[in-house]
Amino acid sequence: MKTLKISILLLFIMAVGNAQNYPTGKSLLDKVDNNMSAKTRILTAKMEIADLRATRTMISKSYTIGDKKAYTEYLAPAREKGTKMLKLEDRLWIYSPSTDRTIQISGHMMRQSVMGSDMSYEDMMNDKPLLEQYKADVTGEETVDGRKCWVVLLTAIIPDVSYFTQKMWIDQEKFVPLKIEAYAKGGKLLKRTTLTNVQRIQGRWFPMSMVYKDMLKQGEGTKMTIQEVQLDANIPANYFNLGNLK
Amino acid sequence: MTVFLQSYMSGIFADSIETTAKFSSGHVKVMTEAYKENQTQIPNDYAIMGIAGVMKNLKTTYPDMAWIDRIQFGGLLDAPDSAGMTRSQGNVMGMGIHLLGNQDEITRMDLKSKLLTGRFPVKKGEVLITDELFRKMNLKLGDKVTLISNSMYGDMAMYNFKVCGTLHFGTAALDKGMIMADIEDVRVALNMENAAGEVLGFFNDSPYVDSKAKELSSEFNKDNSKKSDQFSLTMLPMSGIGGMDFIIAYSENAQYIIIFIFVFAMSIVLWNAGLVGGLRRYGEFGLRLAIGENKHEIYRSLIGESILVGLIGSFIGISIGLVFAWLMQHYGLDTSGMMKNSNMMLPSIIRAQITTTTYFIGFIPGVLSTVIGAMLAGIGVYKRQTANLFKELEG
Repeated sequence: MKTLKISILLLFIMAVGNAQNYPTGKSLLDKVDNNMSAKTRILTAKMEIADLRATRTMISKSYTIGDKKAYTEYLAPAREKGTKMLKLEDRLWIYSPSTDRTIQISGHMMRQSVMGSDMSYEDMMNDKPLLEQYKADVTGEETVDGRKCWVVLLTAIIPDVSYFTQKMWIDQEKFVPLKIEAYAKGGKLLKRTTLTNVQRIQGRWFPMSMVYKDMLKQGEGTKMTIQEVQLDANIPANYFNLGNLK
Repeated sequence: MTVFLQSYMSGIFADSIETTAKFSSGHVKVMTEAYKENQTQIPNDYAIMGIAGVMKNLKTTYPDMAWIDRIQFGGLLDAPDSAGMTRSQGNVMGMGIHLLGNQDEITRMDLKSKLLTGRFPVKKGEVLITDELFRKMNLKLGDKVTLISNSMYGDMAMYNFKVCGTLHFGTAALDKGMIMADIEDVRVALNMENAAGEVLGFFNDSPYVDSKAKELSSEFNKDNSKKSDQFSLTMLPMSGIGGMDFIIAYSENAQYIIIFIFVFAMSIVLWNAGLVGGLRRYGEFGLRLAIGENKHEIYRSLIGESILVGLIGSFIGISIGLVFAWLMQHYGLDTSGMMKNSNMMLPSIIRAQITTTTYFIGFIPGVLSTVIGAMLAGIGVYKRQTANLFKELEG
């Protein structure tokens, strides 16, 4: 009995000791933000959507100011060329050149897939800082693609979040998430994102390749490769105007 | 009455099944394995690709059937204001069918009787929408509307239509938000080039026969369907499509249940008639026994007479019933006025259907009941005592 008590006490001390060596979840997320956030971003990206029948490739160019304003124009393929999206705060519009119509995406349409990819409009629109939506706890250390990572468990603290919990593997040196898993309240894995090819861009570490996988969809997922990135570049204000969509 | 009721019930059930077949299920339906598994969700991402080749093969292999490709879809219909921004929106269920070039689908689905205002599409980009949705979205004929849906690849698809007519189905689920456009328009709208969600097959020479449809499906699936390949083609008989098995089994048996109840009631009436007839001849039997006729002979002659009377009566009854049944089959009963606000999907003209059963079902109450009545009444013959006959006759 005495041995058992000592063992439990030792395990407790070890656990507390280990936890004390971990950084706090908040400090880690702040470091990720400091590394990856920029005042403005201009990205040219290639999106490869591998569904059950074929892989489709799209090229888009997006202009972002902070996390509130974003404008994206699709450059290829021909069917999607000229399609534009404008995000202002929590509102999203899409312009379709074939119909010459601008439609605001709202309600259940937000759960639809962006251009058939594994990403939903809701995912795209979620711009609230993670710490305003989740409690962050560092739960351990793991290696992802040969890189040592902190494992951070995010648990929702507000009711209207898309994913009740998220698990994030954050590179211990570059402070870039290398893997993110999003779960439903019942524990079902809904989305998995893997981020690779982390490069130094204008003094920041930036993942140049991402694979989004909607776990409820068949297919291999959506691969996004950043072809060109400019951080803190000057973006004309008229890009974020509804009138600019047509 | 039995003859008329049987043909009327057969007609109602056959019409309901045919209406459902023509509108949504076909006598058989060809789709991909994965589409079949998720068909309630209309998964066009599992649509049949290379539909031109598939249609050609089906028409060559099964020339006795009529084959037609269709696309079902869901989405939002958006009407713009003068600035091109959303004025009104409505959730829609849509159907892409062959509307341009020939009238086959219009005739098959009896759409002429459902067209309330306007006309059918005569050129690309025209759409029919239900009157209820038309009013709800505050539209006018000729207005531009944009369909917002998902393409076959899962991305958002937008396509402009011009409203050319309104429909009324008389079924709440459809009237709430059904739209119909030419299948080629829907293919462009949903990025479904040379694809279709499903192919419907109809027997050219007969209405739906479950055993025939099952046999055809099993023959087709033996050569085409592979459980391991979700894009392989599979054929389902109408009875295998979402709940239709119960309706078909019900239609096959319900008429007999109803007829049985009716025949049973009629039998009691005719049985009583036979019984009363036998009792009224009490004196006659006594006299015949008194002059030396055998009891068995009297009983046999009584039954023989009842068979003859039953046959003649049934023949006359069936002939009269058939006349009314034929009139109902030929001319039908136009219920379109009564069904305007109905929630049932029934043809606008209800018709009877004379089947083989119609010709003999009248004999069941007609002959059986009179014979049973006579047999029961005739038992009394054996209870008569020769010694008491003259005493009875005197009385």
